[in-house]
This record gives sequence, C-alpha cells and structure tokens, in this order.
Amino acid sequence: MEPFVYLEPQSTKEALSLLTKYGEKAKVLAGGTDLVPLMRQKSLNPRYVINIGNLDNHKFIHSEHKTGLRIGALTTIREIETSPILKTEYKMVSQAAAQLASIPIRNIATIAGNLCHASPAADMAPILMALSVSVKLVSIAGERVVSLADFFTGPGATVCKPDELMTEVQIAQLLPNTYGVYLKCSTKGGQELALVGVAVVITLDSSGKICNDVKIALGSVAPTPIRAYKAEAMLKGSAINNELIWEAAQVASSEASPIDDIRGSAEYRREMLKVFTRDALNQVVGLARSSV
Amino acid sequence: MKQALELKVNAQLYEVFVEPWQSLAEVLREELGFIGVKVSCNSGDCGSCIVIVDGKAVKSCLVLAPQAKGKEIITIEGLTQDSRLHPLQEAFIEHFAFQCGYCTPGMILMAKTLLDENPDATEDEIRTGLSGNLCRCTGYVKIIEAIMAARDKMKKTSSGRKV
Repeated sequence: MEPFVYLEPQSTKEALSLLTKYGEKAKVLAGGTDLVPLMRQKSLNPRYVINIGNLDNHKFIHSEHKTGLRIGALTTIREIETSPILKTEYKMVSQAAAQLASIPIRNIATIAGNLCHASPAADMAPILMALSVSVKLVSIAGERVVSLADFFTGPGATVCKPDELMTEVQIAQLLPNTYGVYLKCSTKGGQELALVGVAVVITLDSSGKICNDVKIALGSVAPTPIRAYKAEAMLKGSAINNELIWEAAQVASSEASPIDDIRGSAEYRREMLKVFTRDALNQVVGLARSSV
Repeated sequence: MKQALELKVNAQLYEVFVEPWQSLAEVLREELGFIGVKVSCNSGDCGSCIVIVDGKAVKSCLVLAPQAKGKEIITIEGLTQDSRLHPLQEAFIEHFAFQCGYCTPGMILMAKTLLDENPDATEDEIRTGLSGNLCRCTGYVKIIEAIMAARDKMKKTSSGRKV
C-alpha cells in the first residue's frame, strides 16, 4: 500500500470539511472491504484516507410512518440482512443483503460503500434500483437527494462529488401486493461476485392476474446497474402468464450490454439474464399469488 | 508516520506504534505475536485472518489497524481459558478437522460467532455461514462435522456453566 495520511473526523461536519479541503486526493473509509484491497493492489492510491466508520449517527434503520424507510449510510450489510424491520416490511432488501460476499465481509461493509464504490456488480444496487430508492448526498454547501436510477454514471463512477458524503438511503413505502426478489447468478455460489444479477419488484392487482407495476434491474451486465425499461413496459398493465414472462425475460436480456471477462462470456451472461429474469418474475408472481 | 495505537486483544490492553496502512492482521501477528492470526490471501477471500471484533467475525487483513481502536478483539489464542480448550477447539481435534491448520483459527472463530448467534444452527446454516472461509486441505467434511459436534456439546452444557 502506498503511504497516506490517516484522518479520523469526529463529526460529519469535520468529515465534510476534510473532503472539501482534500477533494480528489482523499478517499472515504467506511467499512473498507472494497477500498483496502484496491489500495493494497495499488489500483487506488489516495493521499488522504478519511475514516468515517465511527460516525454513529449514520448507523440507523428508521421506519417513517406511512412514508417509507430511511437507512443510514454506515449501516452494515449484515445489519440490513438481519434487521427485523426489513425482514418483515422490505424482505427483498434483506434477502439481497444476505447474498453479498460472506458474513465477515457483511459485518463491516456498509450500504453507502457498496453504492458509492459503484461496481457494476454491486449486490445492493439492483434491488434498490427496482425499489426506486433515492440517496441523500451532503456537502458543506448543502444537501441533495438523487434517485438511484440517476446515481451511477459508469464503472466505479457516480454523481457523488469529491466533497460529498452519502448520508442515507430512502425507500418509499411499498404499495400493497408488492413483492420483490434479487437473484444472483454465479458459477460457484458462496462469496463470489455476481456473474449476472436480476432484481424484480412487482405489484399485482387484487386478483393476482394483472401486473399493476413492475421494476426490473440488472447487475453485472452493463457499465452500471440498469433498469430493463422495455421489459417492464411489456409487463405493466398486462395479464401475467408464463409466455409473457419468458418474452419479457428475453427483452430484458437484450437491453443489457455484458462483456467477456474472467468470470464469464458476454454470450453466457445474455443467456443467464434470460433465465434469471424469468426465474425472478416467476418467484415474485408466485409470492404475490400465494398471498391473494 | 508511526502513531501510537491502543488495542484491546483477548481482554488485555496493548500499545503499538504502527503506520496507518498496516492491517490489523499484520499488527496482531507481527507487533503483538498473535501468530494464530494467519495471513494467506491478504485480499479478504480466504478467511484465514478472521478474528472477532466486538462480537463479530471480521477479516482482519481488510481492517486498517487504526480502525480497530477501542474495539474488543478476540484471536484464537483468546479462546483457550486457563489452559482449557474451547469445545470447538476440542471438536476440531477429536474429528481431525484440520491438516495443515492454516485455515483453522479462522474456521473456529467464524464457527464460534455462528454458534454464539444461533446455537441451533443447522448444517446448511453452518455451511452457508462458512462461505467466507476456504480450506485447501480437508474438503470441509470434517470441519462441518466438528462444528456440529461442538454445537451439540455446547447446547448440552449451556443450561449450566458458561463455556
């Protein structure tokens, strides 16, 4: 690792001042599970490392009456996985968190770290995109709320500026009859990165036959996590059946732009996208219909 | 620049002088002599560096030493109480759950946190819980056997003494 100056701000304000001062020469350290290996490989060589891991005011999961849920930026993935609130009211988020790496990683990895590091394979991104979440970004100058759909700009790149910190993730209250799932395709399972990731959140009508709304988000198959808007449009307002699901799955696959890499070929990813989109749709429709 | 850092390891306080880029694994091993903490992949994949920090299993090669300030750290050395082995340690011996032994401290500490959180963990839950621990020697069968045996033993004694 290249030498650096280690800074440990005692407050958010202090952290923001340091970020304003050091900007591009600094990196934020939260859990460190992405940052530390990259620094060790010398892929990232920040001059300043700003440890915000002890800013406890950013560790929370708050249910806001009737408006939704707020998750603090430094909440760990393990806390999200095991949260009683999430397991009851936003089960799909907990279920996605359970698939990120392994428990010892999840014990220190943070939700903001996963989103801000912006790997195209980030495990929390697809399900949160399918839930249309927003994130709050704060700087000395003020704060702004950005939709996650607009947050990622490229592999490892986001709209978050060097002097900004993500402070929370905001999830809207779920409509009734809404179900979601994140399916992660990998060759060996376990702690692997996603070869392909598919998240689906669906709201069926009270009969369980018609799709009132659906969001499909894909991971690891484009420069950023993406929504499969065309596939969504096919399903929205339609009566859901196996044929339509398979058609939509194929359309979703065509909306992605996977590459060949060490973990798999673009061709294999396209095929798996079809399979996993179909499976995800089947699962959520099954969940919705079994509770009608 | 080396800075003073106070670490609490196995219920004892230590002061070390370290660079901020030294990992917790390195500091525990090299500065404090806890060579039960193994560094193998040094990239957070193999789990041989796992220690327990504030009750949670953590890959110590991914933790920069200053991040561990103020936390309670347990290494494999801390599992033995007054020369008595922990039931997990005993089970690993009885079931021959190690060969080279390099993954073993991480396996035992990870298993301890799994069972502490869920004393009734099923084989499936144990297997899934160990997905961050790699073993190149044993094929895992004996490791899982040992952990299940320890689980059963700990459940029997949990009504009485704290182990």
